[in-house]
Order: sequence, then structure tokens, then C-alpha cells
Amino acid sequence: MSEAVQDTNAQKPVIADRTIEEPSPAERARKRMFSHVGFMFGTIVLLGILAIAFLAPLISPHDPLDQQLARKLIPPIWHDSPKATWVHPLGTDQFGRDYLSRLIHGSQISLLIGFAAMLISGVIGTAIGVAAGYFGGKVDMVVNFVITTRLSLPVVLVALAVVSLVGNSLWIVIWVLGLLIWDRFAVVMRSTTQQVRNLDYVAAAQAIGCSTPRIIFTEIMPNIVNNLIVVATVEMAHAIILEAALSFLGLGVQPPAPSWGLMIAEGKNHMLFDPWLVGIPGTALFILILSINLLGDGMRDITAPENRN
Amino acid sequence: MAERILEVENLTVDIPVGGGMLHAVQGISFHVDKGETLCIVGESGCGKSLTSLAVMDLLPKKAIRGANKLELGGEDILNAGERRMSDIRGNTMGMIFQEPMTSLNPAYTIGNQMEEALKRHRKVSTREARDRAIYLLEKVGITAAESRLSQYPHQLSGGLRQRVMIAMTLMCGPNLIIADEPTTALDVTIQAQILLLLAELQREFEMGLILITHDLGVVARIADRVAVMYAGQVVEQGTADQVFNRPTHPYTQGLLDCIPIPGKTERNKPLGSIPGIVPSLVGPFHACHFAERCQYAFDDCVKGDIDMRPAVEDGHEYRCLLDPETCRANAQKRGVA
Amino acid sequence: MSETVISAKDVTRTFMISAGAFKGKKPLHAVNGVSLEVERGEVLALVGESGCGKTTFAKMLLGLLPPTQGTIEFGGKPVADVERLTLAKMVQPIFQDPYSSLNPRKSIGSIITLPLKVQNDPNPATWRRRAEEMMELVGLPPRLFENFPNQLSGGQRQRVAIARALINRPEVVICDEPTSALDVSVQSQILNLLQDLRKELNLTYIVISHNLAVVEHIATRVAVMYLGRIVEQKDTESLFDNPEHPYTKALLESVLTPDPSLDVPDTHLGAAYPNPVDPPSGCTFNPRCARVMDHCSVIEPKKIPSGKGFVQCHLYDENEGRGRAAS
Repeated sequence: MSEAVQDTNAQKPVIADRTIEEPSPAERARKRMFSHVGFMFGTIVLLGILAIAFLAPLISPHDPLDQQLARKLIPPIWHDSPKATWVHPLGTDQFGRDYLSRLIHGSQISLLIGFAAMLISGVIGTAIGVAAGYFGGKVDMVVNFVITTRLSLPVVLVALAVVSLVGNSLWIVIWVLGLLIWDRFAVVMRSTTQQVRNLDYVAAAQAIGCSTPRIIFTEIMPNIVNNLIVVATVEMAHAIILEAALSFLGLGVQPPAPSWGLMIAEGKNHMLFDPWLVGIPGTALFILILSINLLGDGMRDITAPENRN
Repeated sequence: MAERILEVENLTVDIPVGGGMLHAVQGISFHVDKGETLCIVGESGCGKSLTSLAVMDLLPKKAIRGANKLELGGEDILNAGERRMSDIRGNTMGMIFQEPMTSLNPAYTIGNQMEEALKRHRKVSTREARDRAIYLLEKVGITAAESRLSQYPHQLSGGLRQRVMIAMTLMCGPNLIIADEPTTALDVTIQAQILLLLAELQREFEMGLILITHDLGVVARIADRVAVMYAGQVVEQGTADQVFNRPTHPYTQGLLDCIPIPGKTERNKPLGSIPGIVPSLVGPFHACHFAERCQYAFDDCVKGDIDMRPAVEDGHEYRCLLDPETCRANAQKRGVA
Repeated sequence: MSETVISAKDVTRTFMISAGAFKGKKPLHAVNGVSLEVERGEVLALVGESGCGKTTFAKMLLGLLPPTQGTIEFGGKPVADVERLTLAKMVQPIFQDPYSSLNPRKSIGSIITLPLKVQNDPNPATWRRRAEEMMELVGLPPRLFENFPNQLSGGQRQRVAIARALINRPEVVICDEPTSALDVSVQSQILNLLQDLRKELNLTYIVISHNLAVVEHIATRVAVMYLGRIVEQKDTESLFDNPEHPYTKALLESVLTPDPSLDVPDTHLGAAYPNPVDPPSGCTFNPRCARVMDHCSVIEPKKIPSGKGFVQCHLYDENEGRGRAAS
């Protein structure tokens, strides 16, 4: 305690300021962020993969498309094999392409597809979800119907059908996935908007005379954006897996592009004798999805601690 | 001398928080006799609810409880294990919370829950338990009690739910009821009914009642004795008559000065107020907790801990350096005595 | 001659409530034929239990909800015809819960200046200064301008809400339970502040509350609502000195003044609040009324003038109840 003021009794004694300064929302989030192990792990790994994807042309040791049948199926260096060489640390595939280079370039495709499909589905799902939650009534009924319709369509089957009809390219896969996986965005945004919409500060904004777009963008969106980010990470992972599945089935990204899903598909014929052909891209996929999910989980813990047990 | 039901001596609750240790309850002592109503009154954050949770051993996990003495009907419950405590809770010690919906299970009927409350602690047949449930539902003023047994909590209004909650608490015939803001979520007319009911039942069954509330009106009407809490400490304790008619601690005086009383406070005149806000209880705090907001504070107030001291009358204590006569004069000047 | 600011004529608001999974919808008359005139400078209190329609009525006054029937006029103009921004300049709300009435993601400064921004106030350079002046007026240190709501106490938050409501100098402020979420010591600060601001800025208040002690202290006129109707309306003194409607009497009895020599009152309001979807016939208060008469459940009572207001009860009806009331 600090000492009292030496003055007369008329002056109130001063004791040490016992009002604890609450941190601002941003400061609080920052503090929680750095102490959250899963979030930090996911972020660091994802940033690493992002860096690899951006720097792919610079860091990949070989051309991922360069076929040299003379050195096909070299095992990775941890294999106790005379063929293993530091020239191809992860070995080569059945066409003699450097596996490490293909893996590095493949990260570009995975991230691009995940990000773009998430963006497209996010815009669609958020728009209709927020509209349904905010306006309610008839709008809500229509949106609910659309969501139910969408949920009754099996994603992989529809994607296969569309791709086999209109042909397949990277961008077609992105659009097909983007137009199919907005359901979770819509459902989550609808219910969170409903919650926020009934809070007094929204009524206050209406009474002030704010226009509807202003209320949605400045009063509602900032308070549901954390849920949006969580769903976005989940959907990004979802899109990446779907792309891998489509590529594996031969209807996604076309060879010789180095998609991880395609690499698994191409490796599956050699799986018995050269399991690393499937194991390496599989592991890469696993690490990418894990880090994205850890990031999303962490994000939820950080932004909405009241929902934690 | 009346039979002592609960004796609490020097109860403390500490909660570790980000910035250090939050000393939420700092050495509280009180007791409840048979057939007596003790009201613990204070504003949000003063530690009154934590005090009740500490007595019931229902504190949040990370909170640390300490006490010199914690006895229920002569039995030491400070060191009782969780098994023994869960025998005691709902049996000899009943609890009523602010929102009955959180303590009633929405998936079971009223009858089921009431019967279960008894069967958990006593060896009785379903028939007997059911009869007691009907008897108590009628006792708490619920008409058509028998048909209510098959209803679910959500089918009842807030006032009815609180009545059911009270009846359920009485199933095992507890010696002590702890009610934490039992009427805060209810309308004023219903509040009066529930309080009336509680007071009547308590008289009839001769239970001890601890009522925790922020509403001075409720306290004045129902309490035998009152403990006024501020920032983790009891600052004044005495009979309702002593505390309300001869308030001694400046905080109690301030509170009474704050509330508008129809027919007493002058309309259009400003009400009395207590400037400032409650101090943070994180970290060591050796001073009068109220000094910063007190209009009578002087240098010595912040030079160390302030102890409880007796006022003029028996059983009336307060925590202030000013002597009782000065306090009395202050109260009269403020028009609260 | 006092000037009428708001006049509501026979305002009704009906919600369609689904009565069960397969039962179709039933009408709920949340507000049922309320007529009310608010004069400049007065403090009109709307009191009643939860579910009596007082909050729905307030929402209609704010233009947040259109009435199903009847009209609400501001200065002689129907609310429906008033521009949104013009209405916002005339009437502003203060809500009960200062924790949900401030957007947690916005700084105090941007919350208080938002009304200026929305009104396209021509001098953006002066916004900050004006907001800080308003903060001082409501007793907030201007240094809190950059802070966020979670860094403020409940009382301070309520002051922010008041500053936001007043920055465009509205004529009418609708206070929906302005102090019931606050601690006793903070409650009196806010009540004093509201009184001071009323004098200083020449405001008209409509105070919605269930706390009759607060109402008695600040209101000049009181309207008691029950199940969507006003059952008694009078100036504060005569209502508190001489309550006529049995419901008003019961409400007044249930005010718990801190007097330890008194016991908990028995209000004799036996039955619980009726289901508003299925209101009792005749006088809607008849099942709970201590002085119910035979025809109460059959005939709807009319408004009977009393003092400067009215009471809606058969006890005071010349032909039907006066004799019984006297006996």
C-alpha cells in the first residue's frame, strides 16, 4: 500500500490504485494466442507449409515434371538401399521424377484449392446464413430449404458427376468444391447471427438510425467473425481432402500436375513394394490438415473462452 | 440458548487469477441458530455467493478454501470428504438458487426429481416419497399437486418453478437452507409471495435459513440477523433492527442512503450515492477496503487491517476505526438512523 | 399549456405464436389498445410485471416495431411517415443491461460518436470533442475514449449508453429498466444522473420499470399495465397516495421498503400471471383480483376518469360497482 497523503483530514487518504486495468479485447486475444500450444503449433507448421509453397520454384531441387526413367523408383534416403542418394532425398516415382520436388510443388495445389474453395463457399454460406439469421421469417424459411436441399446432395458424387460432364481442370475443381461445401458456413452463421441479432446493441444501432447493411457489417459481423474463422479452417481442410479424393479417383487435378492426391493415386500400384510412394504424400496431407485443424480449434479457444469447459 | 446449526469461523476463499491471488472472501465468521434467518447482503463481487458455495463445498475447482472452523450441527464439515458432503447436501443442508431452471433437470418430471431427492438419502418406498412430494407441493401453495408431479420443469412458470424448488429442498427435512438470490429472477408480486412462503416454512419446520441477496428491502423484511459484506469482508453484523435502524459502518449507511423509499425519500431530490467503485481484491490489501469511497476516511484508515469491533448494543459489530458515537452522529446527519 | 410530444392512439401489437407442434398459430396481443399522451418535460413511467407488454410498447415508440393497429404520433406526425434518421434524432433508448447494450468490439469513442456518423453530421472534426464533452456530462472520464466496454464497470457502461443516447440531443429518452441490472450504490448514481440530465437538457423520459420505489422517485406520471392494457394512469402522487385499481394496490404492497419492523406483505395475488395467449375473459385481472365481482369475468371494464387520469375497473363504475365498492 502506498502511504497516505500527509495533508489534513479533509483530503481523502490515497491508497494504491487497486483498479486492475482490464486488457482490451485485442490485448487479451494476443495473450491467449501465445499461451495456446495447439494454436501456436498449427500456426507455425502452416506458415512453414505456406513458405514452402511460395518458394517452391526456388527451393525444389529438381523440376517436378522432369521424367528420367533411368532413375525411377529410387527409395528415400532413410531406406537401407544402395540406390538411395542425397540427390533425391525422398526418392523418385515410377517415372523417375524427384519426389521431394513434386511434394513441394504439390503443396501449392493443395493450399490453392483449399483456400480458393473455402473463399467461394465462405462468401456464399456467410451471405445466406447471415441473411437468414438477421431477417428471419420468410428469408429464413427459404434459406433453410436451400440448406436442406444442399445437405441431401452427396458432395463426392455430385462433384464426380459435374467434373465428368464439364471436364476437369484445377479451376473447375475449385469452383465445384466451392459451390458445394458452403453448408456449414450457412448453418453456423445463421445461428450465431440469430444470437447476436437479439442483443441490445443491435436494437440500439437500429434506434440510432443505422441502415441495415451498416448494422450487419459493423455491429453483427465483427461479433461473429471468430466463428467464421473457425468454420473457414475446417472447410479449408475439408476442401483439401476432397481435392485429394477427387484426384485419387482421377477426376481432380490432371497428371502430370503434382497434386498430393494424385501422387497417392499414382503410387498405389507400387504400394506393396514401395510403400513410401503413398506414405510420403499421405503424411504431408496429414500434417497439413492437422495444422489447419489445430489452428481452427485454437482460434475458437482464443476468441470464445466462455465456450470452453 | 438456541441450538446452533452452523458455525463458521474465519472462512477464506482464494482464487488464483492471471495477475496473482484473488482474495475473494477474507476471514468471515458467522453462525446460524435453529429457526433463525441470517441474511448476507452486499453488492456484486463482494463474495457473498462464494461464501455460500464455500459452506456447501461447491466452490469452483481452482478456488482454495480455508477456515478455522466449519461445523454443521456440531459436525466438522471442513475436513469432510466429498462422499460425506454429498450425503449432507440436499439432506441436512438444502440449497435454493436464483434460477430454478438450472437446478431442475429438464429431462425428468417434477415427481421423479422430488422422489429421487428423498430416496437418495433415506430408505423409503416410492409410495412414501410420492406422498411426501404431494404433501410438500401443497405446503408450498401449489394447487392440484398430484397432477403437477407428472409435469416437466419447462411447463411451469418461474414462480411455480421456484416453489417446486423449495418443496424439493424440503423433501429430506433439512436443518439449514441456503438460498442464493432466490427471488431476483422473479416479478415483484411473485417475489413477495415466495419470501412469505420461505418465512412461513422456516418458522413451521424450525430450520436455519441463510438468505443471500443484494436487495435491502428483502433483508429488512425477512432477516433476524444481517451480515453486510463489502469487498470480501463482513463490515457490519447485527440484528435487522440494529443494522437498519442504527447503521454504524459508513458503507451500510451509504447503502441505506442510496435506495429510494416511497414516502420517505424526497422526490426530485438527488439520492445519496457512494462514489467510486469496488477495489480489486487481487494481491495483499492491508487497509480499510472501503476507505477509498468513504467520506469519513482519514490517514489511519489505510495504515493496516481494520478489525471488527463491538458497537453499543450486544451482538452488533462493525469494521471501522470511527467510534460508535461518531458513527451514530454521522448516520443521523445522513438521515438513515 | 403543455405540449404533447408523443401521442399513441389505440395501439395494438399482435404476435402470432405457435401453440404447439401441430396446432397452428394463435394471436398474442402483447399490447392491446393502448392510448397514451406524453407531454414535454414529464417523466412517464410504465410499470407492470414481465409480459405485460411494456417493452413491446417501448419498441413501437422507438420505431423498431410497427403497431398492428392504431397510430403513434410524434409532434403530430405518424411515426410511420417519419424518416428513420429524423425519428432517431427525436427519440433514443437506454437499455436495462449495460453488458449487452454496448458492442464489445467497438471502442467507447466509436460507440458514442456512431450517432453523429450515422446522421452524417457535417463537422467530423468536432466529433471527438463533442463526444468527450458528453462523456464529462454523464460523468465519464474522457480518457476512456479509446477503451473497450469490457474495461468498464457496469455503472460506467450505463453512462456510455446514456452518452450515446444523448449525443444528438433527442427530445424523448425511453429508459427500459435503466437501473435494475446495476448494484444499489450505482443505481442511485445513475438515477441522479438521469434527473440532472433531464433538467439540463430539457428531456422527456418514458421510464419502464418494475421497481416502484424507483418509479415513485423519478416519475411525474405513472401508467400501470396489465396484460397489454393500461389499467390505471395517474400522476405519481395520487397513484401512490390513493391507488384505485386492485392490481395497482397489490403492486404497491409488494414494494419491500427496508423497514425491519414490517413483515413480508401478503399481496393475495394468488394465481400466477395468466397465459397471454389465452387471456381471461371480461376484466383480464379477475382471476387474481381480491375484490372480484360476478360480472368481472363477463364484462370488460371501461375507462373511468379519476383525478387527472383514469382507472379501468368495475369497482369504480357508477352503475355496476360503485355501490359495492363503498360497502
